[in-house]
Amino acid sequence: MVIPGLLYLAINNYMPMFGVIIAFKNINYRKGILGSDWVGLKNFEYLFKTSDAWIITRNTILYNGFFIILNLALAVAVAILLNEVRHRFMSRFYQTVVLLPHLISMVIVGYLVLAFLNAENGFVNHHILPLLGLEPISWYSDPKYWPYILTIVNVWKHVGYLCIIFLASIVGIDQEYYEAATIDGASKWQQIRAITLPLLTPTITIMALLAIGRIFYSDFGLFYQVPLNSGPLQPTTDVIDTYVYRGLMTLGDIGMSSAAGLYQSLVGFILVLISNYAVSRKNRDQALF
Amino acid sequence: MKSNHLNQWVVHTLFVISTCACLFPFLLLFMASFTDEKALITGGYSIWPEKFSLDAYIFLLKDSATLLRAYGITIFITVVGTAVGIIISTLLAYPLSRSDMPLRKILSFIVFFTLLFNGGLVATYLVYTEVFHLKNTILALILPGLLTNGFYILLIRSYFATSIPVALIESAYIDGATEFRIFCSIVMPLSLPILATIGLMLSISYWNDWFNGLIYVTNSKLFSIQNMLNRMLTDLQFLQQSDIASTAGASIPTDTVRMAIAVIGILPIFCAYPFFQKYFIKGLTVGAVKG
Repeated sequence: MVIPGLLYLAINNYMPMFGVIIAFKNINYRKGILGSDWVGLKNFEYLFKTSDAWIITRNTILYNGFFIILNLALAVAVAILLNEVRHRFMSRFYQTVVLLPHLISMVIVGYLVLAFLNAENGFVNHHILPLLGLEPISWYSDPKYWPYILTIVNVWKHVGYLCIIFLASIVGIDQEYYEAATIDGASKWQQIRAITLPLLTPTITIMALLAIGRIFYSDFGLFYQVPLNSGPLQPTTDVIDTYVYRGLMTLGDIGMSSAAGLYQSLVGFILVLISNYAVSRKNRDQALF
Repeated sequence: MKSNHLNQWVVHTLFVISTCACLFPFLLLFMASFTDEKALITGGYSIWPEKFSLDAYIFLLKDSATLLRAYGITIFITVVGTAVGIIISTLLAYPLSRSDMPLRKILSFIVFFTLLFNGGLVATYLVYTEVFHLKNTILALILPGLLTNGFYILLIRSYFATSIPVALIESAYIDGATEFRIFCSIVMPLSLPILATIGLMLSISYWNDWFNGLIYVTNSKLFSIQNMLNRMLTDLQFLQQSDIASTAGASIPTDTVRMAIAVIGILPIFCAYPFFQKYFIKGLTVGAVKG
């Protein structure tokens, strides 16, 4: 019974693990992966000598770090508000709508962003900037706007999902706390600060730690599809995942690309272990292992 | 109790704003697909286009071979991938949920370790292309990364372990049922909620998958809807070159057709979503908290 599943994991997950030796080789397709010459740490040396390593590491960590904070804060706020909606039907309606962006592929998101930012006929250049008396902006060639654009897109896509998770936790809070607080004359704001937030903290912590464990991995679609893989934007849109992809598929620089990939996997692995350790110190049951 | 709630007007206003923020981009896309090509170029994207036109859709109807094939491929990988994914995930998860299974600890760890460490894109790519030669095959859209993952397996395992009474399995055993019989006629029917959840997540990710197509498929005959959209977004010539355009002559409404295809790509999710929304929300919350 276990054989098909194990076989699949072996092919999909374990075989590539041995493939990390590629990072230490000078790959030559004629000689094959195993036959290629060993080069030791040369690939890593090249990688870290270029400014690329610094840029992609910085971008990856800054974006993800900022996304974690912003997404969690907004999602908690939206979840608390959603819990305040008394109208049953409207509450369900709002839940449905805020979750909708989560279900759409990043390719489609790329189309939506293009509809807004297209230099010639995008919604922003055509309808919003003239209203403010500003000149049209060539969005897809100027890197300085992209940290904001990517942040907005990311929030739009993911806050709904986190918010539903927090909402489930809030709904689980015992109503008696609130009744007691009301009798004591606590305002709604005081109740949120003294009851909802503290009782929600474990869920927030878990979600934060899980995200921190994956801080070295980015949403490839967000950084590849949304800026349309545009070269001039790379200083502010390139992350480890897009760098690895580009090295492999367009530049054919397999050595460097796999070195970057292994760097990501290893640091990612260590971060998962650390964050799991942090979770298990906090709450044994919530930890992954 | 009325004073115990935030002002409902304020709350509703905030949510009407966020609802608009969530829906506005879709509306813009939708309207663009009904805009006259020239009006879209000169007047820009807008919620109320200067000139409506069904040209993009008429065009797609007239020359739908490429689109239909892409749609067929998307449906095929979604159905097959989801079905096979559920089957192999549950087959692996069930023995892991039984405390009398030999090697249970080791097998669980093997599954679990895949969540911690992976070989990365380069090694995975080389395994699928150089070892299994899956490049430009339909299997390349189904197998890599999507079929199942350790997280789903562990999720199903916890569900089996907590929601299916051991006594039930034991009594079936005493009545002479084989392991496989127990799995099919007792465990599976009792596990519909988790199966629905995992199935839903798998089908959404198959429907939306563009990444596998991007790296493993270069033959445009094997493009799924998402890959077609992806190619049209990055490569403006693609639409003109593909056989959508071959019979229609030079004047294709490129921009609006792109938007129309995007609309057709989202439509199934938009239509089905209200019906499975309840399960989806349940699934998210199950997935978030370790069971």
